[in-house]
Amino acid sequence: MSARTERVTKRSGRGTESVLAAAFLAPVVIIFAVFAYYPLGRLVYLSLYRRNANQFLGGADEWIGFSNIVDTLTGEAFRSGLWVSVKFTLLTVPLGLLLGVLLASAADRKLKGIRIFQTIFSSTVASSVAVASVVFLTLLQPETGLWRDVEWLSLNRPNSALLAVSLSAVWQNAGLTFVIVLAALQAIPEEIREATMLDGYGAMRRFWRVTVPLISPALLFLAIVLVVNALQAYAQFDILSPTDQAQPLLYKIADPEGISTLSSRAALSLGLFALTLVVSFTQFTLLEKRVHYGD
Amino acid sequence: MATEPLAAGSPGRARRTVGTIGSYALLTVLSMMILFPIYTTIVRAISKPIPYLQSLQGGGSGLWPVGWDWGVFGRVLNEDDFTRALLLSAVIAILIVAGQTFTSIVAGYAFACLDFPFKRTVFAVVVGTLLLPVEVTLIANIETVRDLSWFNSWQGLAVPFMAWAFGIFLIRQAFMGIPKDLQDAALLDGYSHFRFLFRVAVPISRPIIGSFVLISFLGAWNQYLWPRFAADRQEWQTIQVALRTLATREVNNLNFAFAAAILASIPLVVLLIAFQRQIIRGLTAGAVKG
Repeated sequence: MSARTERVTKRSGRGTESVLAAAFLAPVVIIFAVFAYYPLGRLVYLSLYRRNANQFLGGADEWIGFSNIVDTLTGEAFRSGLWVSVKFTLLTVPLGLLLGVLLASAADRKLKGIRIFQTIFSSTVASSVAVASVVFLTLLQPETGLWRDVEWLSLNRPNSALLAVSLSAVWQNAGLTFVIVLAALQAIPEEIREATMLDGYGAMRRFWRVTVPLISPALLFLAIVLVVNALQAYAQFDILSPTDQAQPLLYKIADPEGISTLSSRAALSLGLFALTLVVSFTQFTLLEKRVHYGD
Repeated sequence: MATEPLAAGSPGRARRTVGTIGSYALLTVLSMMILFPIYTTIVRAISKPIPYLQSLQGGGSGLWPVGWDWGVFGRVLNEDDFTRALLLSAVIAILIVAGQTFTSIVAGYAFACLDFPFKRTVFAVVVGTLLLPVEVTLIANIETVRDLSWFNSWQGLAVPFMAWAFGIFLIRQAFMGIPKDLQDAALLDGYSHFRFLFRVAVPISRPIIGSFVLISFLGAWNQYLWPRFAADRQEWQTIQVALRTLATREVNNLNFAFAAAILASIPLVVLLIAFQRQIIRGLTAGAVKG
């Protein structure tokens, strides 16, 4: 059988297979080339040259050199944006994980009507960041929000605004974190649960010693997703936060008010790219080391 | 036989009853936490803005609707800008989902079932795009879209997203699970790769492709950053971007924004209820693979 197929595939040819593969891969290769790789080169170009204002009259772009990248990445905009992004990450990721674990362990029971609770807990999967931000305006809006008098959640001051925006993000992520932690909990084999019950472990000890190690791959995956989401957060800040309060890195790049030059925004983008590389590298090393994989 | 430790004896049963009540209490409190912002959004949507504000200033709790104005949903739907945004979002999302699904199926098949030179390199190129999300490439891509005269157009909103490494990954994985013998037998029977792909591989992998379609739709419908900057004319605002426009109106019109947020989530709520299992499978696909 295998010898025969070998001959068949040999005869029908590696050549035709390659042609077919080229045709099948062409769409993704073209899209990725134009909208993922080419822009990376273009960012480098944009950050090295200043666009000539009279481009249409034939003026060439002006070389401004690496100093633009260095100046931008050591400058105030990058540092303050990065700092806001880091604080936002530190606020949303641990809280998000904790909430996910809390919701999932509460709903991982065999009770009547548990399905209803599980549906409620996963409901924010249906809300976009923009929807979640508008939803939180009912609580945070400075004049009419229910929590307008809660000073530490005020949208009018940088630190409390960051906290308020973080809260909306944690709520919006709750559905996703719940769904993933619950799936991990339900994948724990029944025998292990029973064994630990019989061993007379207390609930707390059982949770930390048995459950957490067993769901650690899912928690790590979630942590990575949440970190990436947090570093790339934009909509929450655009909708909830008045412009001069908390501005994360991406806000400086997108620059909705149009105050920075294209060159410096391109350099900031390269900074975000470097950050993405660092996070991905960390993720890769962590996954290599492997948290408990429950063989 | 495992003996149920709490089966016999009334103290055990009593403890279990207390435990059950405790569980329900905890579940209820947590549900209220999750549902509270949704509840207040409904309250604000159906309240008349000025009376609501007056009741707040008069010391009202703000927890109950003031005015009961259910007509707000109809009025939002009658606003041309809103319905246009809703329609645009639907069209763009469908284009993106169709594009992503098609490109992922053919590319996934090439990686899983075809033999060709530089396979590993091409695969690395695909995986590498995960390091180049739209957040990083935004500035340059806006320039590219302007060069192509795609600014304020459906091409500009949809085409850059018609390939997604995650989908290629997921569907490649599904195709790799098809027994090699099946493929060999089909090819011996004179099936072309093309016919095998669409007559056998795709139908077999329907559950995974279905999950991918749902996840892809979720992502496309909820997109914010790109449509916010790839268009600047109101008629090219997707629903998510339109929400911001509504939310930044003066306080007197905020009920429109709240009603719009509810309406904008309805398609996803419907999908979530109808396809809960498939969506969860899609969301957890990454987690399980690690």
